[in-house]
Amino acid sequence: MHPVETANNPLFEAFKALCNGLADPRLSFLLAAVGLFVMLRFRRQVFNWWVGGLVLILEAVVILIGLKDPNFHLIVAKPDNVPITIMLFLTTITFWLAMVQAVENERRAEQKLPPAEKETSQSKTWVWPDLLYIEFIALIIVSVALILWAIYLRAPLEEPANPSATPNPSKAPWYFLGLQEMLVYYDPWYAGVVLPLIIIAGLCAIPYIDNNPKGNGYYTFSERKFAITSFLFGYLALWVFMIITGTFLRGPGWNFFGPFEYWDPHKVVALNNVNVSDYVWVVFFPKIYRATHIEWFNQGLPNVQNVIWQLVPPSMENTVAFFHEVGQALKREFAGILFLGFYFLALPGALAKTWLKKFYENTDVIRYSVLVMLVLTMGTLPLKMVCRWLFNLKYFVDTPWIKF
Amino acid sequence: MLKSLKESDFGAQVKKSIFRVGIPNTDRKRVLIVLGNVFLHLHPTKVRTSGVKLRYTWCAGGLSFFLFLVLTLTGVLLMFYYRPTVEGAYVDMLDIRSQVPFGIMRELHRWSAHAMVIMVMVHMFRVFMTGSYKPPREFNWVIGVILLVLTFLLSFTGYLLPWDQLAIWAITVGSNMAKAHPLVGAGGPFSDFLQIGGVPLVHPGSDARFMLLGAKEIGGTTLLRFYVLHCVGIPLGAAVLMAVHFWRIRKDGGISGPL
Ligand code: HEM
Repeated sequence: MHPVETANNPLFEAFKALCNGLADPRLSFLLAAVGLFVMLRFRRQVFNWWVGGLVLILEAVVILIGLKDPNFHLIVAKPDNVPITIMLFLTTITFWLAMVQAVENERRAEQKLPPAEKETSQSKTWVWPDLLYIEFIALIIVSVALILWAIYLRAPLEEPANPSATPNPSKAPWYFLGLQEMLVYYDPWYAGVVLPLIIIAGLCAIPYIDNNPKGNGYYTFSERKFAITSFLFGYLALWVFMIITGTFLRGPGWNFFGPFEYWDPHKVVALNNVNVSDYVWVVFFPKIYRATHIEWFNQGLPNVQNVIWQLVPPSMENTVAFFHEVGQALKREFAGILFLGFYFLALPGALAKTWLKKFYENTDVIRYSVLVMLVLTMGTLPLKMVCRWLFNLKYFVDTPWIKF
Repeated sequence: MLKSLKESDFGAQVKKSIFRVGIPNTDRKRVLIVLGNVFLHLHPTKVRTSGVKLRYTWCAGGLSFFLFLVLTLTGVLLMFYYRPTVEGAYVDMLDIRSQVPFGIMRELHRWSAHAMVIMVMVHMFRVFMTGSYKPPREFNWVIGVILLVLTFLLSFTGYLLPWDQLAIWAITVGSNMAKAHPLVGAGGPFSDFLQIGGVPLVHPGSDARFMLLGAKEIGGTTLLRFYVLHCVGIPLGAAVLMAVHFWRIRKDGGISGPL
């Protein structure tokens, strides 16, 4: 490493600045999400040897050049982060490989040919020796790769465990970084409990809600547009994207850092996030807000001077206090509740008449509701991200029990 | 004597006793060698040609299984040198690195673990993209999802065992989620509803996180708990589910392909 030398190279500086700028999640997420749709739309032009090779070379070149920078090197060359780089390449290759074959089958369909897999799907091959031979070679290659990897890269071992010295940042193992990233946007009991369960249940539900008989046993895109697009969005633009962001771009205080930025533990980012209710009352109903905000916005025990309050028998106090609180929360958060009600209750109906019309007509109420709820729940994540970036939005609904 | 050496069928008897059929040079023997071998008979004797193509499966499922086997082997070797105690764990890590001959077992185990998580994700991606979860393979997809979760949990419980800063803080972040559980997590919503005569039932000494860690904070009890889950509990569960997974592949008509 020669940080002094490279620091003087204006071209390298410009390259670093460009990468840092592009990596900003506001931009990179937009690029990932929009890019995915663009790639799928222009799949015939994108998924060929030229573009695939170019993207892989570009990824490799950026990383190789980047490694000259000490800050980049520190994070990317960390032993436990090496698998994430491997995952980045494997994800690119497999996505490309699947789509290349899908495009090929699409072309074949236009010529009234069956999918390429069909050519050989009626014939049988001997397990001994043909399949075992393939398996044997795959096994040798992977074994050699693992042994080389193990020889050249030592497993990390940091200082002995010390419960009183919290490292900054403290990160979960990499495959849970998507969940840790969701903590930025959701209350812990959604990010850590509800959403993981919904992801697992949603994955299990896929075969039961996707009743499209086409595309069983061969690569295709055009025959399963909706299913593949929504899965790819969740898998690539959310799950893999958040793992990569969480590994390489989240530094001390879980603040964002560009790949070539120094992880400054003293970086201060102003936290001025506000709820929907704050906006609504302060901006739209300033008079009511000024007159009553003390009662409405102070969560906790209501005012004891209240006459009715004194009539409540002591044994019931907790219960009444609870319902009083619920009532206040409902009043205060009415706008967010209305919005979420619209989002989860009215949208499914609207979608049934528009985008999802075909699916709705070909299926039953249970399958349709499960699908729409899953897609809409997944949609809250990009929605919350964008609202956070544009309006500093914290929660749509913020009560002591449920924050969303 | 030379003659009797030449005529002895000793070698042939040994070979036949192990392999049951000779060199598989006829179709009949190709069938018999796969059927007669407990490992090979995970396979059928013949498979759909489109299904063995590398461009179709990417070998991802098979390699997930292979990595699981590598992990079992290297894991057992590591168990010889590792004590799951607060005093022993970290010291043993240092010894495994410097004292044990052929000291890349920890590396092999760790990198295979990362590779397996990635490989299982890739495999799921492949199965989705070929639509192989569609009937009659719906249930095998569900088994697969559970295997995916178990793979995460295997890796997660193993992450604590080196007992260094990386380990305990990653597990701290991960297990804090258990605190946020509604009703049964001390920091989660509604947990204060569960009480008898004003005495709360759910508190840091009794909630979901406590059950996971065996204590209020990560310590020796957590290490032991994670060790047992990592070396015995979850691998057994995963092995059973893999058996079901492989069984169902065959019962569902072998690897998918256009009919
Ligand atoms: C420990 C993890 C796993 C192992 C060892 C494993 C192993 C395998 C193997 C060896 C195959 C044969 C075909 C191939 O190699 O692609 C297979 C097929 C299959 N797997 Fe897995 N798998 C695992 C996880 C999963 C996951 C996470 C899913 C989905 C969520 C899944 C769903 C399926 C399905 C549906 C098939 C049938 C595919 C077809 O017929 O084309 N498996 N699995």
